[in-house]
Amino acid sequence: MRFIDDFRNAEHVKALAGSIERRAAQAGRPLRFMEVCGGHTMAIHRFGLPQLLPESVELLSGPGCPVCVTPTTYIDRAIELGRDGALLTTFGDLYRVPGSERSVEGASAAGLLEALVVYSPRDALRAAQDSHDREVVFLAIGFETTAPTVAATLLEAKRLGLRNFRVLSGHKTMPRALRALLEAPEVAIDGFILPGHVCTITGARPFTFIPDEFGVPCCVTGFEPADILASIEKLTELCGPGRRPALENAYRRAVRPDGNEKALALLERVMVPVDAQWRGIGHIPGSGLDLGPQWLEFRVEPPDPERPSAEYSACRCGDVLRGLIKPAECSLFGEVCTPDSPVGPCMVSSEGSCAAHFKYGSQTFTAGLAEIAENGKGY
Amino acid sequence: MTEKTIKLGHGSGGSLTRALIEETLLRYFDSPLLAGLPDSAKVQLQGVPAAFTTDTYVVDPLFFPGGDIGKLAVYGTVNDLAVVGAIPRFISCALIIEEGLPQSDLRTILSSMRQAADHAGTEVVTGDTKVVPRGKADSIFINTAGIGAFRPESALPDAEMKAGDVVLVSGPIGDHGAAVLSAREGLNLDSAILSDCAPVTEVAQAILAGARRTSFLRDVTRGGLVTILNEAVGGAPLGLLLREQDIPVRPGVRSICELLGLDPFYLACEGRVAAVIDAESAPIVVEAVRRTPAGQDATIIGEATAEYAGEIVIETAFGTHRLVQMLSGEQLPRIC
Repeated sequence: MRFIDDFRNAEHVKALAGSIERRAAQAGRPLRFMEVCGGHTMAIHRFGLPQLLPESVELLSGPGCPVCVTPTTYIDRAIELGRDGALLTTFGDLYRVPGSERSVEGASAAGLLEALVVYSPRDALRAAQDSHDREVVFLAIGFETTAPTVAATLLEAKRLGLRNFRVLSGHKTMPRALRALLEAPEVAIDGFILPGHVCTITGARPFTFIPDEFGVPCCVTGFEPADILASIEKLTELCGPGRRPALENAYRRAVRPDGNEKALALLERVMVPVDAQWRGIGHIPGSGLDLGPQWLEFRVEPPDPERPSAEYSACRCGDVLRGLIKPAECSLFGEVCTPDSPVGPCMVSSEGSCAAHFKYGSQTFTAGLAEIAENGKGY
Repeated sequence: MTEKTIKLGHGSGGSLTRALIEETLLRYFDSPLLAGLPDSAKVQLQGVPAAFTTDTYVVDPLFFPGGDIGKLAVYGTVNDLAVVGAIPRFISCALIIEEGLPQSDLRTILSSMRQAADHAGTEVVTGDTKVVPRGKADSIFINTAGIGAFRPESALPDAEMKAGDVVLVSGPIGDHGAAVLSAREGLNLDSAILSDCAPVTEVAQAILAGARRTSFLRDVTRGGLVTILNEAVGGAPLGLLLREQDIPVRPGVRSICELLGLDPFYLACEGRVAAVIDAESAPIVVEAVRRTPAGQDATIIGEATAEYAGEIVIETAFGTHRLVQMLSGEQLPRIC
């Protein structure tokens, strides 16, 4: 645990906060930074990091939670497969995500299907080995971080000659999504905190287009308080007078420029880029991954990427995911939409920005206690 | 709309469980003794006060580092009696056994129950056995009920909470949850984590005898420390401010939590209590609790404050704050 404790050292964290404040003053304008990884969102709110930042530096959560951006059509498709008799295997946080009518959890509770929560695709493979003839479908979602483990599992499935293991791929890739975000005229971001886990696989290089083409600085970082503050310090510095936008890496202990070559080779071997539907954002060409031509025996037909995700009309998750509003600005937040009965994707996933804000009461502590006394709890 | 069904999360001990109990059980069972859902009901048997409780145990795996389902079934019920201020006396043992359970497993479990009952100063005095077909239960489910007596001289945890009162926890949290998880997931870590499964009667008595005012006393079980403490502040004009660095969590438990993406504040314990007592008595009480076998690492982790009415707030080592709320549903393994 020493390794983690070093990055949670109170003196170190406070020193970084002081440095950010000085640099923000030098920048002399309000700065809005977006983190695009659910793990970052959770860490930021769990450690209350916005409370350590000067007023001029604001953190927004982007489309970085794979569960949040999984469309209702995907859940509906999964339930359909379960109702046809397949045993569904899923990561825990996808289990509760509502489709257009119900979640996998809800369908399982209603006796419509059987689902097993697993920690990894290997567990799903083992379930297929144990199930003999029954079809086992793994609900494969996640970014470049998770996709290689699915690719490796498929290699194993082929080696074992398994005939009852299938994958419903809802995998997505990050760089295309960030490009779509940067191309949207209403989105105004001064810097990106790049996803540390994704970059461990892809390397930092696929993100160089952000400073090069859009003139926006970005910084790769890890998940401890000192990591995240170090990236904010770097971004604040890059927003200072006379500085040029650049891509920095504050997570050198894990991320190399070219990433994890083995994992990338696996991905190349098994998966192919496809169009994808992002919940709350829409259709993004080439931003998904599906099983390649040599792996069709394991593939389940995913839902049509053109078909939009069915959302509750008052839900503003799309605006939250693009950094246009903060979760508490949505009229459903904390009233109609809570982790117990989530309406939108950002409240559903434990890593969604609405869930993180609600769970840790971030809006309460950043609003200031005086304001809370005046307006109630802020949610 | 589809018909509402019971989901796994309804059994987590968190807010969904609470809602289920309020929307169903309390509609049908409206005894004033049940209202407020204490760990044990305080009943009068022809003028003699007694504590009465029941609990059902469905742990997977049956045997885990530091304990088994039998030990759990005795101590769990003993502890529910202890935290209302009672001395546990008599226990029942009802078994639902799945066809195919090895008899040797049953013997091991029963032997463990006997040892636990002796250790806790109680006797198993009645019971029941049912066997169900394979697949209709998971190996074995155990229900125990318990009756405890009140000492005429001992105080009860029924004082009113005041700002400045302090929060005591009787030892490191999350050991049981982490032990069961690591056994269930087959995690082999360097440091073996043992369940904290133990009777807390002496701990509870030390608190009640030593504190001038005890306004809250609960055993920390399913749902973990935060879920239990939420019971202390629900609807109260006060909140609790806890200092993250002061909350004892063993390094091995932290490691498992980091590895699996879980929060130790929500992990189950089976031999810990959390209490809110007056600040003045705190040093004496901590010393007294530390002299009991199950309370050697007792410590003060925070205080009651008027600032955050009805909430539990954690102060981090950096001086930032976050809310901690009751768990919504099960803690599930996360994708990344």
